[in-house]
Amino acid sequence: MTIENRKSKIANLPGLFFGTLTGLASLIIVAMVFIILGNIVLHGAGRISWEFLTHSPEMGMTEGGIFPAIFGTFSLVVLMTLAVVPLGVATAVYMHEYAPKRSRLVKVVRLAIQNLAGVPAIVFGLFGLGFFIEFVGRGIDRVLLDGELNYGQPAILWAALTMALLTLPTVVVASEEALRAIPQIYREAAYAMGATRWQVIRRVVLPQAVGGILTGAILAVSRGAGEVAPVMFTGAAYFLPQLPARLTDQFMELGYHVYVMTTQAPNVEETKPILYATVLVLLMLTFALNFTAIMIRARIRRRLREGR
Amino acid sequence: MRPGGVLPATQEVSALVPALESAVPPLARKGSGAASDLVAAYLIKACACVAIVSLVLIFIFIGKEALPVLTSAEIRQEADLGKLFLPAAEAPAFAWQPVSDPPRFSLLPLLVGTLKATVVSVLVAIPLAIAAALFTSEFAPPWVREIIKPAIELLAGIPSVVVGFFCLMVLADWLQQAFGWTFRLNAMTAGLGLSLAVIPIVYTMSEDAFNAVPRAYREGSLAMGASRWQTAWRIVLPASSAGLLAACVLGFGRAVGETMIVLMASGNSALWSLSPTASIRTFSATIAAELGEVVVGSSHYHVLFFIGAFLFVLTFLANLAGHWFTARLQRRLQGQL
Repeated sequence: MTIENRKSKIANLPGLFFGTLTGLASLIIVAMVFIILGNIVLHGAGRISWEFLTHSPEMGMTEGGIFPAIFGTFSLVVLMTLAVVPLGVATAVYMHEYAPKRSRLVKVVRLAIQNLAGVPAIVFGLFGLGFFIEFVGRGIDRVLLDGELNYGQPAILWAALTMALLTLPTVVVASEEALRAIPQIYREAAYAMGATRWQVIRRVVLPQAVGGILTGAILAVSRGAGEVAPVMFTGAAYFLPQLPARLTDQFMELGYHVYVMTTQAPNVEETKPILYATVLVLLMLTFALNFTAIMIRARIRRRLREGR
Repeated sequence: MRPGGVLPATQEVSALVPALESAVPPLARKGSGAASDLVAAYLIKACACVAIVSLVLIFIFIGKEALPVLTSAEIRQEADLGKLFLPAAEAPAFAWQPVSDPPRFSLLPLLVGTLKATVVSVLVAIPLAIAAALFTSEFAPPWVREIIKPAIELLAGIPSVVVGFFCLMVLADWLQQAFGWTFRLNAMTAGLGLSLAVIPIVYTMSEDAFNAVPRAYREGSLAMGASRWQTAWRIVLPASSAGLLAACVLGFGRAVGETMIVLMASGNSALWSLSPTASIRTFSATIAAELGEVVVGSSHYHVLFFIGAFLFVLTFLANLAGHWFTARLQRRLQGQL
C-alpha cells in the first residue's frame, strides 16, 4: 500500500485542490490549442482543393490559388537548408569531435549558438537588410557589376541566408545530440585500425548521426517556412507575376502572404476563405514537418534503447 | 594479469588516442587520409567560428546603422538621445510621429506599448505554464501526460503569423463582444496572443527544471509522510526555483522580441496611455511596419536601427541571465551551492 492510499481522501483536500488547480491550467492550455486549430480547420478546409494548390491568385487575391507562395516558400527553404545543414553539422562536429576537452573556443561557440537562438526574428531581418543587402549585395554590385543595382536589393538569396542564420542553432543542437548518442567504442575501434580523425568522422560517425541531423534539418525547415519577420525586407513580396527563377529574384511566401492579406487587403470578407485556406496550408506544412521530425527522433531513441 | 581480462579499460584507450595521433606527424602517416584530414580540420574549425562571427556581425552592423543617432550632427538635429527619451517642449510631450513635420521620435510610447503587451502576456503565460509543468511532472497519470505534452509541442510549432491571424480575426471579436472595449485591437489582445507564444518556452524549461530535481529529494519527502502536493509545493518548487526563474526570463525575452503577433493584433497606434485596453505599438512592430517605407540614410532609418539595437541588447542580456540561472540550478542540485 502506498503512502498516499493510507491517507484518507477527505483529509487530503489541499492536495486535491492543488492538483485540480494545476490540472485546470493544463486543460486551459490544451483547450486553447484545439480552439485555434479547430477554428482554422473549420473555416479553411472547405477551400482547399487541387486547383487551390496549383494555380496562381487571380482577381485581386479573391480567386485562384496560392501556388506561387507554395513554390516561393519551398525554394526559400531549399536554399536555406543548403546553407545551414553543412554549417550546422560542421559546427557540431567541431564542438564534439575536434575540440580539446576544456577548450575556451567551444564555450564561446556554445554561448554564441545559445544567444543566436534568442535573437528576435525582426533583428535578423534588420541584419539581413543592413549586412546582406546593403553591405554584401551592394559590395558585389560595386565590384563585379560596376555599380549596377542587382544584388544590392531584396532577393531570395539574402532571405535564405538570413533564415539560415536564424535556424543555425536548431541544426547545431540536434546534430550535437546525434553525435553524443554514438558510443565512443565505434570511434575507438576505427582509430585502433589506423583511421585518421576525418576518416573516422566521415565513415563511422556521420553515417550513424544522419538520423539526428535529419531531425534538426526538418525542424529548421519547419521554422524557416513559418517565420515571416526575417523575410519581410529581405526578399518576400505580395504579388509577383512570375515565379523566382534566379537567385536575385524576389519571391512570394505563405506566411508573408497571410500577413499582408490579413492586414492590408481592401475587402476582408471576400478574401476570408482564401485567407483561412492559406493559413491551413501553412499550418499543415509546419505540422507535417514537425511530425516527421518527431517520428524520426522517436525511432532513433527506440533503436538506441534496444541497443542496436 | 590485471582484473577484467586482457584488454585495457576503455578510458585508457581513449586517453592514448591523442598521444598516438601526436606521436606520428600527420604527413608522415601512410595512406591518402593525411592531407584531407588537415584540410577537413581547418574547414570544420572555420565553420564552427561562423556562429561567433555572425553574432559579432549582427552587433556590428546593427550598431553601425544605429550609431548616427549618437554621433552624426545632421541626424541629431531630428533624433538625438534627448529627443528619444526626454519629454519634448511642445505638446504632446511624448509622441512617435516619424512622418509628421518636424518628425517626432520619442521612444517612450513604444516602450510603454512594449511593456504593456509583455506584462499582460507574462502574467497570463507564466502561471499557466508553470502550473501545467508541475501538473505533468508531479500529479498527472502517464496517459494524461501523453496528451498535454504533445499539445504544447503542437502549440510551439504554430507559426507566430498564424497566432497573430487568429487573434486578429477571431479573438479580438470574442473579447470585444465579451468586454465591449473601445479599441478592438489593443494591448490585451496582443498580450493574450503573445502568451500563446511564451507558454511553450516557459513550460519546457520549467519541466526540465522539475525533472532535474533528484528523485531522492521527492522520495525522502514522501518517506517522511508528506503528501504528493506537499512534496511538490515545499520541496520540488523551491529546489527548482533557479530553473523557473530562467524560464521566466527567457519567456520575457521571447515576448519582447516577438513581432508578427503584435503587428497583427495590437492596433499599431503609438498612443501614450497606461490603459491595457488601448491600442499600442511595440518596438518590434514599429520596425516591421516602418522599415519597408523608410528612406535609407534618413534619421527615421537610423532610429529604427537604434530600436533594433536596443532590442538585440535586451534579448541578449535576457538570454545570458536565463542561462546563468539554469547553470546555477544545476550547480545547486548537484550540491555545489
